[in-house]
Amino acid sequence: MSSPFIVGPKGDKPRSDLRVTYTPNSSNLHINLTSKVETLFGESINAQVRDVCNQLGIKTGTFDIEDFGALPFIISARVEAVIKKAHPEIQKDALPVMKDFCMYSSSRNRFRRSRLYLPGNQAKLMVNAGIHKPDGLILDLEDSVSPAEKKDTRYIVRNALRTLDFMGAERMVRINQGEYGLLDLDFIVPHNVHLVLIPKVESADQVLVIDGRIKEISKACGRKEPVYLMPILESGRGILKALEIAEASENNIALAIGLEDYTADIGVQRTLEGHESFFARGMLVNAAKTANLQAIDTVFSDVANEEGLRASVREAKSLGFDGKGCIHPRQINPIHEEFAPSKDDVDKALLIVEAYNEAEAKGLGVVSLGSKMIDPPVVKRALQTLKMAGKV
Amino acid sequence: MAKMVKNAAGRIVPVEINGKSQTPYQGVGKYIPTGMKAAPPIRSCADYPMDGNKIVGSLQEALEKAGLKDGMTVSNHHHFRNGDLIMNQVFDIASEMGVKGLRWFPSAAFPCHEPLIEHIKNGVVDWIEGSLNGPLGDFASKGGMRGTGVLRSHGGRWQAIQDGEVHIDVAIIAAPTADEFGNATGDRGPSACGLLGFGLADSMYADKVIVVTDNLVPFPCIPWQIQGQNVDYVVALDKVGEPEKIVSGTTQLTKSPDRLYIAELTAKFVKAAGILKEGFSFQAGAGGTALAFALYLKEFMIEAGIKARFIRGGSTKYLVEMLEEGLTDYILDGQTFDLDGVRSMRENSGHINTSPFTSYNWHGKGNFASMLDVVVLGATEVDINFNANVVTHSDGRMLHGIGGWQNCLFSKCTILPIPAFRDRIPVIVDEVTTLVGPGELIDVIVTERGIAINPKRTDLIEATKDCGLPIRTIEELKAEIDDLIGGPPTKPKLTDEVISVVKWVDGTVIDSIFRIER
Repeated sequence: MSSPFIVGPKGDKPRSDLRVTYTPNSSNLHINLTSKVETLFGESINAQVRDVCNQLGIKTGTFDIEDFGALPFIISARVEAVIKKAHPEIQKDALPVMKDFCMYSSSRNRFRRSRLYLPGNQAKLMVNAGIHKPDGLILDLEDSVSPAEKKDTRYIVRNALRTLDFMGAERMVRINQGEYGLLDLDFIVPHNVHLVLIPKVESADQVLVIDGRIKEISKACGRKEPVYLMPILESGRGILKALEIAEASENNIALAIGLEDYTADIGVQRTLEGHESFFARGMLVNAAKTANLQAIDTVFSDVANEEGLRASVREAKSLGFDGKGCIHPRQINPIHEEFAPSKDDVDKALLIVEAYNEAEAKGLGVVSLGSKMIDPPVVKRALQTLKMAGKV
Repeated sequence: MAKMVKNAAGRIVPVEINGKSQTPYQGVGKYIPTGMKAAPPIRSCADYPMDGNKIVGSLQEALEKAGLKDGMTVSNHHHFRNGDLIMNQVFDIASEMGVKGLRWFPSAAFPCHEPLIEHIKNGVVDWIEGSLNGPLGDFASKGGMRGTGVLRSHGGRWQAIQDGEVHIDVAIIAAPTADEFGNATGDRGPSACGLLGFGLADSMYADKVIVVTDNLVPFPCIPWQIQGQNVDYVVALDKVGEPEKIVSGTTQLTKSPDRLYIAELTAKFVKAAGILKEGFSFQAGAGGTALAFALYLKEFMIEAGIKARFIRGGSTKYLVEMLEEGLTDYILDGQTFDLDGVRSMRENSGHINTSPFTSYNWHGKGNFASMLDVVVLGATEVDINFNANVVTHSDGRMLHGIGGWQNCLFSKCTILPIPAFRDRIPVIVDEVTTLVGPGELIDVIVTERGIAINPKRTDLIEATKDCGLPIRTIEELKAEIDDLIGGPPTKPKLTDEVISVVKWVDGTVIDSIFRIER
């Protein structure tokens, strides 16, 4: 009799999840199920557990399952995780069928105004996250998941990438630091992740190692589209190396700043005014723009303070940031609204673009509006403004 | 076991309940009974004190004088919700008096009435007819009552009293303020609970009426929603209820981002459908999503400079704020859900107490409910024909009462904002577990995955076709959710034992609730 292996949430009443205890032994497969939806889904859960076992070649042992209304993608993730905990040698995977709505692509220059962090082990929060229409959804494997749960969480994130409809949001994953992060990539690159956030980057090498591993996996699984990278700078050294990091890979599309760790690193308190991070934010924006990347601001963590969030977005915008992190769906609309250009800006941009089109139609080399001459960067910015306002 | 028949909705229902013959549901608006209304016995003022003083020494004395005996029906209103302090005492006294086999007929029961389970077990109470929540609901679901439960809407309760389907022997009316003659009001006094409308029919039709108060004022008690002419005895106690407990979980604003999204989508739909116009009216019941809906609607009203003529309560502080900010002329209130509602009803002449008679009664010459432009309600299940269920879980367990839900379906536009699934349980199903609201009265469902309009409402479909909101068919929504949850759930295994029936607003039997297989 070997000792049991356990995966799943702790606590009395988790919701939309399950706890699985697997005791390997030599008797035939046995499943003990308690479920709050037993009347409605008991048979279905039993069948699913047997199916996962079958795919992984498990024919014996006892499964004790406490189910709290988990959806199928998380049931198979938990069962696979517990089996692989007991049998790390198993190479096969129990992959759920990849849904058609998971197959859309991203693009380098798409908006990244809002990116919503979702803890990778909180299936309940992921399922409907797409309806809130963030520009990006981040399934987080790093700081929001406790070290003990990190391995099990990879299966949930993988299954989520294959079965949940993120409704047009960019499909992002934040991986762990170092060696752990490299192993995370196996669980996401073959499953149409669009973008990988790399935490605590302090050198170009770190980016290159990740990028290299992604290319190996892509080749092995036949993935053609690039995986975009968003290095997160969250230390004094990272900030000072911003340009080097920004230029490390052609797959970089943005630099993000993480101010909780940064302020801790330089030994200051994080304040609402943010004077202590003024240098870092300015440095990051400069490096990003120099390398033709987007600059993404940190999260605003006081969910209840909408006015504070709005002020923070206005400030970020004025410093040159293109996006902001969020930790709650209610933050998405305020962020989009504050990044949207004002009516004055839109009207002015429309005039500029009109004048440009007219000049081009007439074959004029110089564009002018009234008595003012308009330089090409002005036209470019006007186009960007119109895009932000949804007028292009 | 009583004979079962298939009613007009295709549901199997008993033709007799608790020894009384029943009419099966015949369709919306089809059952038009005739004859005379019920009435209480003739009384003479000569039998009552000329000085108007009807005070007796104790609750027990009042019950003894009222002649409480075996097999009687005892009623009360539920305006204290989970803060009622009287009814447990009443049945304790009945037990001491040795009375057996009572029928309890509350307008609703709450978790605070859990001690009643003991009185059912020891024979004092045989069964309960009224909304069953919490522990009593569980107890009844398992078949614990002698006698079949009868679930009625608030309007259906008035209908049953008025046409004689239920005769009340003794009505207990807990009153936050009363005078010695029996005039009573709910809007003031240390235990103020708002209004007493759910007890109004009881006061008019019961054989004996006992008013119990903890705030006795000299005659006259003004205002008097309950009139002393109908009252037999007045009892003064130290405390009749805990008004802070009228605030229940269902009256808190939701914090769930998905529910807030559904509420916002609902308000946007109301605006897009052209319902939001000067002088309109709406009702949004208790429940976190309905409350959030009212807040979004309020934003749109302010933006458009629109004022409502009236809002129907259940009032909460959110509706009270709209009244105080001049966004509506009136709140016509059936029950106060929080203490701001109580205060407003006492202080604001635009905040009017109503009763199920004005709003919901099948035997009334019209109802407020059908005059509403839009009403927003909850549901546990909706099927692809828009039939809805509010009384049972998908696994067959009894969940809660009907409240005013059935009565409200008669509004000009009935919208159910509901999550598409709860944990793994889908809300849109092939066939509802229990039929409570016929689909022809349910116009729109709003879920986080999209809005479905009843195909019968071609006017709403036309009005919103270019509004940019995610309008889809109910079949599409169902298919999407079934895919996510791994196929539709297995049906629960039910026995053929009827533990409760669901009445339609006209008194006919629309569905049966069967005991779950143990």
